[in-house]
Amino acid sequence: MTFHPEIFLQQIINGLVLGSIYALVALGYTMVYGILGLINFAHGEVVMIGALTALSVILALHGAAPDLPAALFILAGTLVAIPVTMALGYTIERVAYRPLRNAPRLAPLITAIGVSIVLQNVALLVWGRSYRSWPPILPTTPHTILGANITDLQIFIVLAAAAIMAGLMLLVNKTKLGRAMRATAENPAVAGLMGVNVNVIISVTFVIGAALGAIAGVMVSANYQIAHYYMGFILGLKAFTAAVLGGIGNLAGAMLGGLLLGLIESLGAGYIGDLTGGFLGSHYQDVFAFFVLIVVLIFRPSGLVGERVAERA
Amino acid sequence: MLAALKKNPAAKWLGLALVVIALAVLPFAVEAGAGRSWVRIIDFALLYIMLALGLNIVVGFAGLLDLGYIAFYAVGAYMWALLASPHLSANFPAFAAMFPGGLHFPIWILIPMGALVAAIFGVLLGAPTLRLRGDYLAIVTLGFGEIIRIFLNNLNAPVNITNGPQGINKIDPFSIFGIPFNKPLSVFGFTVPSVALYYYLFLALTIVIIVITLRLEDSRIGRAWVAIREDEIAAKAMGINTRNVKLLAFAMGATFGGVAGGLFAGFQGFVSPESFTLMESIMVLAMVVLGGMGHIPGVVLGAVLLATLPEAIRYTVVPAQKMLFDRQIVDPESLRMLLFGLALILVMLYRPAGIWPSPVRKREFATAEKAGKLEPEQYPDRTEASEGARL
Repeated sequence: MTFHPEIFLQQIINGLVLGSIYALVALGYTMVYGILGLINFAHGEVVMIGALTALSVILALHGAAPDLPAALFILAGTLVAIPVTMALGYTIERVAYRPLRNAPRLAPLITAIGVSIVLQNVALLVWGRSYRSWPPILPTTPHTILGANITDLQIFIVLAAAAIMAGLMLLVNKTKLGRAMRATAENPAVAGLMGVNVNVIISVTFVIGAALGAIAGVMVSANYQIAHYYMGFILGLKAFTAAVLGGIGNLAGAMLGGLLLGLIESLGAGYIGDLTGGFLGSHYQDVFAFFVLIVVLIFRPSGLVGERVAERA
Repeated sequence: MLAALKKNPAAKWLGLALVVIALAVLPFAVEAGAGRSWVRIIDFALLYIMLALGLNIVVGFAGLLDLGYIAFYAVGAYMWALLASPHLSANFPAFAAMFPGGLHFPIWILIPMGALVAAIFGVLLGAPTLRLRGDYLAIVTLGFGEIIRIFLNNLNAPVNITNGPQGINKIDPFSIFGIPFNKPLSVFGFTVPSVALYYYLFLALTIVIIVITLRLEDSRIGRAWVAIREDEIAAKAMGINTRNVKLLAFAMGATFGGVAGGLFAGFQGFVSPESFTLMESIMVLAMVVLGGMGHIPGVVLGAVLLATLPEAIRYTVVPAQKMLFDRQIVDPESLRMLLFGLALILVMLYRPAGIWPSPVRKREFATAEKAGKLEPEQYPDRTEASEGARL
């Protein structure tokens, strides 16, 4: 087995692109978990709705005026998708989670599954069962760095994700709204006594998570050039895995977990064949991701940067 | 009424006899009323009851959230498929030399072996997760479930063990005392169709499993599980060996899953990784939670409802659309899943403790509300929901 540095670099680039997307979706899971202690299983479907809405706008616009610059198409699609998913995120919280806030812990899990099934089938009714492809608007000629290829889109995905995450960190750590969010996560009852409107903060959290999900949805569908009604499920699963890997409830953890999972997947898929002498192939990519997750959790049960959470009484 | 039954043994036996007769004639009544496909649906509902009862031990009794439970179903199914089909002999010359016609173990070996192998897997997958709790446990079990499915999907090369995505077919049908279950059976000129034979077999095993779970629930072990669910640290302080008791919960739960999986393989005559997706794990969990976690009658009810409801919707959606609009407006398949999702949400909103919760749980839930943990003005939807829960 010979080592090719350019292939290694290529896997790193692919991993970073994938990881940025995972990180954005994982933030949606981790923010909700941090505040409500709830796994929002429907988040993957919100991402899917965002991706399909944006793609519909882009296709319509491309049909009307095919000569506009690619950035404008993507911007228009994203700007329509964000309010749609925001409204969706708000509605989900209002209808499926808020009434169950004091119910047994697994009850909201079941409504989340219900919401997930409903959204998937609504998407199926609206957009159909087939894969929808992107129009050929994106520049395809890659840049070559040290023998590895990277496209404009990939550069854009990584930079945009980094900027958005930086913005989110600023929002949560430096603004009044962010302080209210942190207070609610710490202790909703006391935050309420301190004048924080807990319900508004929870709604805002869902809405922000959904907006990030829409952006991630546009990115992932642009990256693979397709979108379909079932894309949210596996993406949501991976992103949730990433959130847990980093330490669920922790923003920095979700980012770290997302990037790590992306890298693990692409390096794992690239090298697993060589490592096992050809016994296991790249279709074991997902096993690799879950295996790392399990090992990390067994040795650090609260995730990589998660704090040791005291047991709830 | 229940109290009256307990005081009057004659009425109790009469009631029991009625239930037995009802269960015995059920497949014939259903076939006459709704067609043979419904008997098949009931057979599957019985498999789901076994699965739900197994998961109920892990989630409902011991409070360990397991999102990869279907893996044990898969293990049982594949074990059965490998030991009762020509697959191994067709792919391994060494096996072919020993068993030229393929392996064909009888059901008496396969059922205990499925239970044993699944239990071993339960302990193997349970052991690393002992330190984890709550949602971390959920995601690790989910990971294990996916890993097993991915391996089943890909272990067709370089050595063909599971035959990959195509799955294993030509699995032997059941036969007990030389009576094959895949053909109708004539008894004194009366023909029992194959699906009804399966029904009786599954029903018998379901009853065995229900009895085992009921006995377990009241046993020392059952109480230890509940103690761990309520407070693990306190349980430890009371002298419960939490490690062994938790592993036992995983093993017992997995056993039922493995038996159900084996039955599934023999019933279908075919297994493939498609049947063991995360969605299946989630469905079984939904049966447990929706029915009433930790309450055996509730769990059975949840399993029956969730196994039959999507089919019932399937059989009403198509004619209803035809009647209302004269043609198919929307895809019936997605409409039925849509309604199913809505039903899940609505049931949980109005009965958050499940449709038929155990009396203890119901009481706890009611006191939690009275203790003022809820602020009605802040959670306006709560008041209606809690009234529903008290009914």
